Amino acid sequence: MTNKTKAKAYWKENIRYVLILLFIWFVVSFCAGILLKDALNEIKIGGFKLGFWFAQQGAMYVFVILIFVYVRLMNKLDKKYGYDE
Amino acid sequence: MAMMNNLLFVDGLGVQNWTYIIVGSTFAIYIGIAIYTRAGSTKEFYVAGGGVSPLANGMATAADWMSAASFISMAGIISFAGYDGAVYLMGWTGGYVLLALLLAPYLRKFGKFTVPDFIGDRYYSNTARLVGVVCALLISFTYVAGQMRGVGLVFSRFLEVDINTGVIIGMVIVLFYAVLGGMKGITYTQVAQYCVLIFAFMVPAIFISIQMTGNPIPQLGFGSTLSDGSGTYLLDKLDGLSTDLGFAEYTEGTKSMVDVFAITLALMVGTAGLPHVIVRFFTVKKVKDARKSAGLALLLITILYTTAPAVAVFARTNMIETVSNQPYASMPEWFKKWESTGLLSFTDKNNDGLIQYLADEKSNELVIDNDIMVLANPEIANLPDWVIALVAAGALAAALSTAAGLLLVISASVSHDLIKKIINPDISEKGELIAARLAATVAVCIAGYFGINPPGFVAATVALAFGLAAASFFPAIILGIFYKKMNKEGAIAGMVVGILVMLFYMTKFKFGWFGGGEKADWWFGISPEGFGTIAMILNFVVSIVVMKFTPETPEEVQEIVENIRIPSGVGEATAH
Repeated sequence: MTNKTKAKAYWKENIRYVLILLFIWFVVSFCAGILLKDALNEIKIGGFKLGFWFAQQGAMYVFVILIFVYVRLMNKLDKKYGYDE
Repeated sequence: MAMMNNLLFVDGLGVQNWTYIIVGSTFAIYIGIAIYTRAGSTKEFYVAGGGVSPLANGMATAADWMSAASFISMAGIISFAGYDGAVYLMGWTGGYVLLALLLAPYLRKFGKFTVPDFIGDRYYSNTARLVGVVCALLISFTYVAGQMRGVGLVFSRFLEVDINTGVIIGMVIVLFYAVLGGMKGITYTQVAQYCVLIFAFMVPAIFISIQMTGNPIPQLGFGSTLSDGSGTYLLDKLDGLSTDLGFAEYTEGTKSMVDVFAITLALMVGTAGLPHVIVRFFTVKKVKDARKSAGLALLLITILYTTAPAVAVFARTNMIETVSNQPYASMPEWFKKWESTGLLSFTDKNNDGLIQYLADEKSNELVIDNDIMVLANPEIANLPDWVIALVAAGALAAALSTAAGLLLVISASVSHDLIKKIINPDISEKGELIAARLAATVAVCIAGYFGINPPGFVAATVALAFGLAAASFFPAIILGIFYKKMNKEGAIAGMVVGILVMLFYMTKFKFGWFGGGEKADWWFGISPEGFGTIAMILNFVVSIVVMKFTPETPEEVQEIVENIRIPSGVGEATAH
């Protein structure tokens, strides 16, 4: 692979990861916590209505996990393309 | 519970003395660190030499980010807003996902000192740089004024000094370590401040969670049943109390869905576009470290942010139970103390000697400021004196760490972007360092002035800061990284239009300029707080349209963009 095609392939895989993770980011916050809140509030877990829980707790936990997943994925990707240092 | 209190009240030192001891020793630590880590070069002053470890940077970012607003105001706002408070929780954490995935790694690879630096170089134009400087200054000044007010508030309530004296003490402390240590001093004091503020936030939360629900983890506690044996869930009880007094159900909220959506998104992109947050990622060694430290920063922030809604529920329930329909004469000591600060006020409208706390403004007799909830929470829950003193130290740590980070952005914008890059490129390293220190000093004085004479619009302008960051930096940086054909004409036009529209909307609906307007006149039903979302979209659209009609980006700039997408070969952060 030339440097240019290698860089292109790396970038493409990176963008794919980012899009997938941002999709989840959108689902847990904007969908579960806001748009679908009322429907999810019908379900109760302990004292929490589920939509309320996503908006004030769940979305934030998922955010943290998303970043660490991205860190792992990218560290692997960097190795695969020899960009790690 | 009585036993627990007895065990903890063995000291008898009193709140006042405890506060002097705890606040005094934390200040001594900050000053000690500042002396130990003072900056000797511009690189140390701007980016701490570029060798900060991911964990230290994560802690510093968390302290930098969590301001007086996060520590003092947020739980209070949530306790009054109920479900709607989620806009701050998701908005101020979700931005870190954008930061980690879309900005931090690439900006680190680019390796500059400031955000206007990136804008100026990526868009090969000093006009773009100047627009960046104006945005950075506008955002940071509006933000820092609020921090100084927080410092004054804590001093006046806990140490019973005059609020102005409190602001001046805060100014001297910040001046000392920001001017002497620059980014290097700030980084390591922020690490210490994170420890102080998180400990100070968690201790009372855990105590109260145990008191109310028997569960030591506040995040679980507020979804548990009450410890009084009734088997009622705490949230159900609060929903009931709220509706009894005429408020909306706590778990439902009152804002429209479209507004909640817009505010959350505006705060997220605003967070990712705030210069004092972005600049922290210039201080780590490698691209890999930038990603990791964004994750660590969010983890450390989330500890406080997931506890805040629990504190909000505890405080709200305790508050209602303590005051509602109780005789004014039998109110506990904290009630009188807070009355004297003006943050709590009672008018006995129906002269029955009881406190009627109701949603209906005509018959409501008690006005409670948001800011009280966290600060008074330990007193309301009868926690020991040292916990109350700890909260004061934590609030000061939160306010001071954020103020210092903002002052650094202001000073770097002036000395590096304005003087070194635009006005006098021949300035020596030493001259630039002196300019940076002078700029920081002037900035502290201006911030202090606003702290002593708070403009009535401080609260409004903090929202403005997020809106401005969302409307200006976020699109310009994203396009700069992900769209290599974006040229200077597009980016400048986008930033200028984004900011102006945002300013227009805020001033129209917040200050009544341009004919003012009511809630019914909001565009698309979106409040000024959420309008950053619209202004951001407008920025993207304008940038792309203008780009199509103007000369293409030079080949060498496009190559720079391709280069920042690859993580390896990161030089150290340099000015050239």
